[in-house]
Amino acid sequence: MNDRQKTAFDRLTEMAEGVYDALDRGDIPQMTLPLRSKRNIEFDPMTQVWKYGNLKTTRTAKTTQGATTMLRTAYTTEFINEMIRENKSSTLREMYYISEGWNAAKFHSQDEGNLLAEDLETMSHCMREDFKLRPEESGAHVYGNVTFRTMTRKGMKDINCMDDVSEQGFAVPYSVEKDTFEIKSHDVRFIMALETGGMYARLIENGFPEKAGCCLVHLSGQPARSTRRLIKRLNEENGLPVVVFTDGDPWSFRIFASVAYGAIKTAHISEYLATPTANFVGITASDILNYDLPTDKLNDKDIGALHAELSDPRFNSEFWDTEIRAMLEMNRKAEQQALAKYGLDYVTDKYLPDKLSQLGLL
Amino acid sequence: MGKDSEPAARPARSGRARAEELADKQHEISVTEFFEKNKQILGFDSRAKSLLMGVKEAVDNSLDACEESEILPDIVVKVRKVGEEEYEVSIEDNGPGIVHRAMPNVFGRLLYGSRFHAMRQSRGQQGIGISATVMYANVSTGKPAHIASRIEGEDEVAWEMDISIDTKTNRPIVTNDRAFPWVDKAHGTLIEYTTKGRYVTGKQSIFEYLKETAIVNPHARIEFHDPDGKIWTFERATEVMPPKAKEIKPHPAGMEIGDMMSYSARSEQRTVRDFLKNDFCRMTDRLAAEVCEKAGVDPGSRPQDLGREGSMKLISAIADTKIMAPPSDCLSPIGDTLIKKGLMHILEGMRPEYYATPVTRPAHTVNGNPFTVEAGIVYGGEIPSDGQVTIMRFANRVPLLYQQGADIITKAVSEFDWRRYGLEQRGGKGIPYGPAIVLVHVASTKVPFTSEGKEAIASLPEIEDEILAALRLVARNLKSHLNKMERKSKTHEKFDIVQKILPDLANKVSAQLGRPVPDLSRTITKIMNVVWIEPAKSRTEGKKSYAISYTVYNYTVRPHTLMLHMALPKDCISEAVTGAPMFDSVNDEGKTQWVIRDLEPSKSVQVSFVLEGEMADTFDPDDVYVSGINPVIVMGAEALPGDWGIKGMEITETDDPVPEDDSAEEEEKEELEEEEFSKEAMDDE
Repeated sequence: MNDRQKTAFDRLTEMAEGVYDALDRGDIPQMTLPLRSKRNIEFDPMTQVWKYGNLKTTRTAKTTQGATTMLRTAYTTEFINEMIRENKSSTLREMYYISEGWNAAKFHSQDEGNLLAEDLETMSHCMREDFKLRPEESGAHVYGNVTFRTMTRKGMKDINCMDDVSEQGFAVPYSVEKDTFEIKSHDVRFIMALETGGMYARLIENGFPEKAGCCLVHLSGQPARSTRRLIKRLNEENGLPVVVFTDGDPWSFRIFASVAYGAIKTAHISEYLATPTANFVGITASDILNYDLPTDKLNDKDIGALHAELSDPRFNSEFWDTEIRAMLEMNRKAEQQALAKYGLDYVTDKYLPDKLSQLGLL
Repeated sequence: MGKDSEPAARPARSGRARAEELADKQHEISVTEFFEKNKQILGFDSRAKSLLMGVKEAVDNSLDACEESEILPDIVVKVRKVGEEEYEVSIEDNGPGIVHRAMPNVFGRLLYGSRFHAMRQSRGQQGIGISATVMYANVSTGKPAHIASRIEGEDEVAWEMDISIDTKTNRPIVTNDRAFPWVDKAHGTLIEYTTKGRYVTGKQSIFEYLKETAIVNPHARIEFHDPDGKIWTFERATEVMPPKAKEIKPHPAGMEIGDMMSYSARSEQRTVRDFLKNDFCRMTDRLAAEVCEKAGVDPGSRPQDLGREGSMKLISAIADTKIMAPPSDCLSPIGDTLIKKGLMHILEGMRPEYYATPVTRPAHTVNGNPFTVEAGIVYGGEIPSDGQVTIMRFANRVPLLYQQGADIITKAVSEFDWRRYGLEQRGGKGIPYGPAIVLVHVASTKVPFTSEGKEAIASLPEIEDEILAALRLVARNLKSHLNKMERKSKTHEKFDIVQKILPDLANKVSAQLGRPVPDLSRTITKIMNVVWIEPAKSRTEGKKSYAISYTVYNYTVRPHTLMLHMALPKDCISEAVTGAPMFDSVNDEGKTQWVIRDLEPSKSVQVSFVLEGEMADTFDPDDVYVSGINPVIVMGAEALPGDWGIKGMEITETDDPVPEDDSAEEEEKEELEEEEFSKEAMDDE
C-alpha cells in the first residue's frame, strides 16, 4: 500500500464512519458533495480551468435514491478497501458486474458505477486510480516523433511514437502518471488533437506530422481522462502548444471544451486534465461558410445541445457565442472530412496551413 | 254452344284451381323449408359459425333446464373431426331430462317450445332452438341426430332415438326409438349429431363461447373435448345457484300489434276488462277501465273479438296511460359477487392485478320489458396492455361473439370517456386501450336484438343510459384502485428504505469498521414518521381458504391505539376470524373491526386470520380502513368512510406532526442532467 492508497483507504473509512455515527446517534445519515452540474462550475483564475463551485447537494437516506446511493457507497468502499489491501485492481466494467451481488445497491448500468466512482473522488479528494479502479482502453492513439518511457510486461521500455509503432500509432494506456509513464524526448513543435480516426489516418498518409513537425493525438470521440492527462503533460512539461481539430457540430464543441476548459463531470480534477491554452482549429460555423463545406441539417438533439451550450459558462465568450448562434442560424453542421470536397490533399495543403499560420505554428 | 260456354267457365274454374294450387304450394313451403333456404337467419351462414351455433343452442338449453329444476349444471361438450369439414358433436348434461313423448318435438320440430308469451329471463329466447341444429345436421350430412334422455325417478327408464326433420311438414322422423339402461346417469340429456362445419380458435370459437359462458355461470361445470384431443375443464366456482327467475305476465306497454292480436284471441277471459286486468301485470280495475275508455272499446265485449282494429286502439290507449313499471323479480342478474367470482375463476391464468368491484344496476323498463345491466372490469397482470381492451358482451347470461360493431354495448363503451378513469383513449372516443377486460351483461325478459340472428343488442337509449351508468360506477372503482396503487408504490419506497436498505447499510459500515451494528429504530422513526399497515394474503395449503394478515408497524415517536376495519365476505367468517387475537366485532354485513391497543414506537403487531369458504378468494386485503387515529399519519389504509355504518372507536388523540414533503429529493435529481452527459458519458470508456 503506497501513500496515496493509504490516504484513499483512510478517507473512505472516514466516510463509512460518518454513516455509522449518524445511525448510532439515531440520525438520518447524510452526505454532502459538490453539485455536479453546469450550474456549479466556475472559472479558477489560478489554474485557468473550470472547477466545481460552492454549490452542494445533500444526499440523505430519507429518499430511495439517496439511501440507495449511500448503500452503493458502502459496498463500493468496502470493495475498494479490499482491493487496496490485497493489491488488486479492477476495471469499472468489472465493478459493475461485481455489483450483481450487492442486493439493493446493484448498479443498473455502467454509468451508475462510473458516476459513483467520481462521487467518491469528489468526496475523498482522491483519484480514481488511487481506488484501483481503471477504465477500459479508450482507443486513443498518438503518432509523431515523441518518445515515451512506459511500463510494459517486460518492465519500463522506450517507445518512439513513429518508429516503434504500427501505422495506427501508440495506444494511450489508462494511466499516464509519472510512476509508470514518462515523456522522454520529442522532436515536434506542437500537438494536434483530432476527433475522428478518418482525419487522423488522412494526416498520417499525407505525411503531415513529418512536414509540420507535429504530434497527432487521436481522441476517439470524447477523450478519456488519460488522453486528456497526456495532452496536459505534453503541454505543461514540454511546453508544446496544443490545437484541437474536430467536426463542426455541438458535440465536437464539447470535446474541445473538455480538453481545454475541463469537463463538467470531472471538474473536481480539471486542473490535472484540462489544457487551458489549447486552441480550436475548426471546424466552426464560420469555416462552413468560408470554405463552402458540404453540410447536414441539424437534428433536434443538435439544436438542444447548442442551446444548452449558450447557458454553459465554459462557452461564455464572444467567440463561442458568435459561432454557436451562427450554427443555429444556418441550421447546418459539417464533418471535418467534408474538406475532401476539394481533394484528399486539401486539408494538409490549404486548410491546416491557413489555420496554423494564423496561430503562428507554421 | 257448349263450346261457347266452356271458355267462359274455364277461366273461372282454372283460375280458382290455380289459386288453390298456389295456396297449396304456399302451405308446402313450411317453416322448415323456409329456414333451410335462409340459414343465415338462424346463424348458420358460415361453416365455422354453424359448428358454434349447434353447441351454443344445446348448452343454452341445458343451462336453462338446470336452472329451472335447480340443478347445478354439469355439461360435457365433445367435438371430433370425422371428415373434410365434417364433425361429430355431442353435448351431454345432467339436466332434468325430457319426457319420452316430447323428445321428437323438442329436437325435431322448428319453433316448438313453451316460451311464447312466457315473460321471463331465459337464455333460450336467443336462437331458434336446438331443432335448427338437428335440421342443419340432417341437411348437411344426411345423418339423423341421436338423442338420449332420462328423467329423474327410480322407475324411469332412459330413452334414446334417432331424429331427423321432414323439411316439408316440419315434423320429426323418429327411428330406432328404444328404452335402454343408462348406467350411472340419474337424469340428463345427450345429443349427438354429425354436421358440416369448420373448427376455429380465437375470438369466435367454441372455446371462447364456453369460457365466457363459464364466467357468467359460475355455478356450472363445463368440460370441453376439442378436436385436437385436448380436454378443457371450467370447474364450478360456486355452489350457489342463481336465483330462479320468476315468470310474470306481460306488461301492457310491451305489446306490439301482432302480440296483442294473438294474445287477446287466445285469452280465456270473457271481457276485455278482465283480459286487461288479469292477463297483464300492473293492471287494476281502474286502469283497465281507463284504457277501455280511452280506446273507445266496450269493456264488456269479448277479447277474442278485438281483432286488428280493437287491438290497435288498445295499444295506443295503453301508450297514453300511466302504468307502473313491471316488477323486476322476473330478472336474474348474476350479482356483483358472483361476477367477480366467475371472472377470478376463469381469468386466474392471466393473474390480473385488479378485479373492479362489479356493478349491478337496479332494474329499468323499456317498452314494457324489464331489464337490468351489470358491468365488471378486470385490469392489469398479464392482460395484454398494447391493444384495445377486450369487451365481453352478454345477453341473459349468453356470450355474444358476433357483430361486436353493431352492438349497443360496444357503442356505449366507445362513447364513454375512459381517459378520466385511467385508460388510454384517443380523443376520448372509441374502444379504449390498455390491459383491461370490460364485461357487460344485459338481462331482460325480452332482449331487443338488432336482427333474428340475435347477435347484437339494438341501440335503445334507455338501455344505453343504463350501460353508461354501470360503466361509470365500475370505472370509478378502477380509478380509485389505480390511484391507490400509485400512492402505494410511492409510499412503498420508504418502506423499502427502512426494511431493506438501511439494515444492509448498517451491517456494511459496521462490518467495515469492526463495530457493533447500531440500533436503527430512532433513525427509522425519523424517516418514516407514520403508522405503516402492510396487508398480505396467501392461500392456505390444501384447503379452499386464505390466510389474511395485516402487519402494523409504529414508525412514529409515540404509542398509538387504533382500529382496523374490513368488510369480509359474510359466509367466510368463522371461528378462525372471530377467535383471532385483536378481533373486536362483526355486523350482519360482514363488516369486522379489530382493535390494536398501545402499539409502542418501533414496534409492530400482526392481525391475522383465516377466511374459509368459497368466497374467500374474492376478498381484497387492500380494502382496509382505520379509525381512532389521524389517518394522515397512516400508510397502507384509508380513513373509515362516513357511510361505513358502524361507529368507529371513540378515541381522540392529538395529531402527530404530519410527515413533511422531502425537498431533498429535488436536489438529488439535478445531479444528472442528461443532456449534459449524453456525449460526455463516453468520457471514460
